[in-house]
Amino acid sequence: MSVQRQDWSLHRKGTIDQQRHKEKVREAIKKNLSDIVSEENIIMSDGKKQIKVPIRSLEQYRFRYDTGRQTHSGQGGGKSKVGDVLAKDPSDQQGQGSGKGKGDAGEAPGEEYYEAEVSVDELAALIFEDLGLPNLEEKRKAEVEVETVRFTDIRKKGPMGNLDKKRTILENLKRNAAQGDPSFHDIQTDDLRFKTWETTVRYESNAVVLAMMDVSGSMGDFEKYIARSFYFWMVRFLRTKYTNVQIVFISHHTEAKEVTEDEFFHRGESGGTQVSSAYELALEIIKERYNPADWNIYPFHFSDGDNLPWDNDRCVQLVEELMRQCNIFGYGEIREAHYRSPSTLMSAFSKITDKKFTAVTIGDRREVYPALRKFFSTRGDAVPDAP
Amino acid sequence: MADKDIDQLESNIARAWDLAIAMGLDPFPVNFEIVPPSIMYEFGSYGLPGRFSHWTRGKAYYRMKMSYDFGLSKIYELVINSNPSWAFLLENNSVLENTFVAAHVFGHTDFFKHNAYFAHTARNMVDRASASAERIHKYEFEHGRIEVERFLDAVLAIEEHVDYFTHIKPAAPDAELAKPIETPYDDIWLLDREARERQAQERRPANRKFPKEPTKDILLFLAEHASGLEPWQRDILLTVREEMLYFVPQMQTKVMNEGWASLAHSRIMREMDLDSEDYMQFATLHTGVLSPNKYSLNPYYLGYTIWQDIERRWDNPSEEEIAQGRQRGQGKAKIHEVRETDNDVSFLRNYLTEELVKELDLYLYRKEGDEWVIVEKDWHKVRDGIVADRTNFGYPYLVVDDGDYHRNSELYIKHLFEGQEMDLSYAEKTLTYLYQIWGRPVHLETVFDERRVLLTFDGTQNTRKLLEEDEEA
Repeated sequence: MSVQRQDWSLHRKGTIDQQRHKEKVREAIKKNLSDIVSEENIIMSDGKKQIKVPIRSLEQYRFRYDTGRQTHSGQGGGKSKVGDVLAKDPSDQQGQGSGKGKGDAGEAPGEEYYEAEVSVDELAALIFEDLGLPNLEEKRKAEVEVETVRFTDIRKKGPMGNLDKKRTILENLKRNAAQGDPSFHDIQTDDLRFKTWETTVRYESNAVVLAMMDVSGSMGDFEKYIARSFYFWMVRFLRTKYTNVQIVFISHHTEAKEVTEDEFFHRGESGGTQVSSAYELALEIIKERYNPADWNIYPFHFSDGDNLPWDNDRCVQLVEELMRQCNIFGYGEIREAHYRSPSTLMSAFSKITDKKFTAVTIGDRREVYPALRKFFSTRGDAVPDAP
Repeated sequence: MADKDIDQLESNIARAWDLAIAMGLDPFPVNFEIVPPSIMYEFGSYGLPGRFSHWTRGKAYYRMKMSYDFGLSKIYELVINSNPSWAFLLENNSVLENTFVAAHVFGHTDFFKHNAYFAHTARNMVDRASASAERIHKYEFEHGRIEVERFLDAVLAIEEHVDYFTHIKPAAPDAELAKPIETPYDDIWLLDREARERQAQERRPANRKFPKEPTKDILLFLAEHASGLEPWQRDILLTVREEMLYFVPQMQTKVMNEGWASLAHSRIMREMDLDSEDYMQFATLHTGVLSPNKYSLNPYYLGYTIWQDIERRWDNPSEEEIAQGRQRGQGKAKIHEVRETDNDVSFLRNYLTEELVKELDLYLYRKEGDEWVIVEKDWHKVRDGIVADRTNFGYPYLVVDDGDYHRNSELYIKHLFEGQEMDLSYAEKTLTYLYQIWGRPVHLETVFDERRVLLTFDGTQNTRKLLEEDEEA
C-alpha cells in the first residue's frame, strides 16, 4: 500500500487523441459543406460567433437497441404513477425544421448526434480555402489591403519556434573557433539567433461587388433563403479575405434601389419583376462611383427568373454592357427542381458566350456551396465540386 | 495537496484499511496515485492508463474534461482491477474527500478479488494494454496512421461482441470414444465403437455448418476466419477482444460492485472518528453519490439499498423464512456469499424484492409520441424490465450463425431476440464496418415489429427484407 505523487506534466496522450478528433471534425465539416452552407441556424445566426454544426459521420455506430422503442428504468421521488410525463422531446415540437434538429432533452434518452462548435469565420475559411475573386486586375488606384507576414530580420532573443538553426550553428562555430577549438559543441544562450518578422501591408487592386437580389412576390421563402445563404457567405468571405473590398446591395422588383446590408438580408417585398431595373441601377452606380479604370467590379444577381417577358432582351443587352465594364458577371437562378425547363430569362442569357458570364441554377439547398465555388474560382477553369 | 496533507491522507488510508479488514473485507492491496484532473480524465476516458490511442477516446476525454472544467461533473474514484490494484486520487480534492474515495476503493478491490466473474480477468492488464498500445503504435508506422485508424474504427464498432464464457470449455464430443482400452474384453465394445464411428462419419456431411455451433465471439471468429486480413489486423482484433474481456465483468456487475463499494465506504467512514465538520462533508458526499435519478437507475444507490436489505433479511428473518429453515444472524455471511457468486442479472432477479421496488419508487418508462411517459409500476414487470436492460450488459445478443452463407463465404449474424428491438439504421451502418473486416457480404437477422427482418450489406448498398417463416431451412 502506498500513496504517491509523480510528475505527469509530460503526459499528453488524451490531448493528442483529442487533437486527432478535432481534425476529424474538420474533415467531416469539409465533407458536409454542401449541407452546412445552407444550414438555417447558421444563416439566421446574425453575428452569433459560435455556431453548432451537426456532424453525422462522427457518430460511433454500433449494434444497439432502439431507445425510442424500448422501455427504460428510472426512479421517482415516492409518488410516481403510470402516465406521469417525465420529459418532452423538443425535437418533435420544432416540427420539420431543417429536418435535422433532433435535440436531446437533458439526460433523457434520445438520439445522440454529434455537434461540433465552430465559429462562423472558421467555417468561412474552410469554405473559401482555395477560392478568391476571379479575374482580379491591377487597377490604377490601389486600395485593397492584404496583410502578409514576412521574416525579415535576425535577433538574439525570440521564441524557440523561430530559432534560426543555421545561424545559431555558425555563431557557435565562430565563438568556439575564437577560443581555439573550431568545432560545433557547447551551445550557449549567446549563440542563439532568432528570426523575426514584420507585417507588411500589400496593396492589391480595388474591388467592388454589386450584390443584386430579386425580392419580388414570386420569390418564395425557399428562393429568398437560398439567395440569402449565398450572399451571407459571400459577404463573409470577401470581408475575411480582403480587408477593403466594397459591397453594394441592390434589391429589386419592378424597380431597383440601393439598400443597406441589413435591409438587403431582412426585408422582403412584393410585386412583379423587372430585372433590367437592377442592371440599370448597377450601371448607374458604376458610372457615378466606380470607374472601371480604377475598380475591379463584380456584379452578381439572384432571381427566380420570373421576369416580364418583354424585358428579357433588354436584360441581355444590359448584361453585355456590364461585362464590358466588369470583371465577371454572375447570375444565379433559384428554381425548385419541379420546374422542368429553365426560365425565359435563363434561355435569353444562354445565348451569351462571353467567358466572363457565369450562370448557375440552384434547385436545392445543397447546391449553394457548388454555386459559391463556381463563382469564386480564381483559376481560369472551374473548380471541381467538393466531395 | 500539500505534503503534510499527503502524510495525513496516508495515515487515514492506513486506518481505513484496518477498518476494512475488521469489517471482513479482504481487498487487494492498493497503490494510490495522486494525479491532476487532466490525468484523471484521461484514464477515465481510456479505461486504463497507457491504453492504445484512438480519436474516439480523445472525444470522450474532451467531453469529460469539459464537463469537469465547467463544474458539471467530477470523477471521484478510478480504480484498476489488478493485483495490487491501482487507484487514482484527484490532487485538488480535500483530505477527507480522498479518504472517502480510498474507503470506497477498498470495497471495489475486495469485489475484484472475490467475485467469481472476475476470476479470469488478467490482473496484469495494465502491462498488457501498454504492450498492445506499443504494438499498435508500431503498426501505425508500418502501415500508416489512417490505415490503422480505419481498421480500429471498424473493430471498435463491434467490440462488445465477445464471449465472456470462453474459459468454460464445451463438452468433449463423445467421451466414450476417447476411452482407452483397459480390459481384455474391451474388444467386444470395439464392435460397438466401430459402428458408432461409422455413424459419426455418416452424420458429418449433414452437419457441414460453419461454425458448427453458433458463436457469440464475433471478434474471435473474425480474427480466425476473415480471409483477407493481414497479421497486424488479426492482432488488433484480438487485442480489442482481450481488453473487452477484461472490462466485461465490470460491466456485468456495475450495480453490485458500486453498491458493495458504497456499503464499504459508508461503514468505514462512520468508524473513522471524524470531527463534526468532516462528518458533515462526508454526509454530503455520500448523499451526492447515492442520489436517485428519474431517467436512469443510479447503480450506487440501487446496489447499496439491495445489499443492506439482504443483510437485514438474513439477520432478522420473518417467521415464514425461519419456518423454511433460515437462521438468525446470517446477514454478513449471506452478503459475502452473494458478492462471490452473483452478477447484476442474478442479483437483481433474486434480491430486488416487491418491497424494494415500492420503497425505491422504481418504474419503467418509454417514449409515446413526443413524451417520455411512465408505463409500468407493477413490481414484477419493473424488475424484469431492469433485468432485461442488464442482460448482456445492455447490448443485443448476437451470434455468428453461418460463416459460409449461400455457400459463398458470406457472414450471417443472428440477433437472439428477447423482446427489445434493435436500432436498424445504426445496425446498417455497423454492418458496413463488419463488411470492412469480413470482406464479403454480411447479413444480420433480427426481429422488428414482430417480423423477422434480414439486413444485408453487400459492399455497395444496404438492403432490408422480411424473412418468411419457412425459409428457416
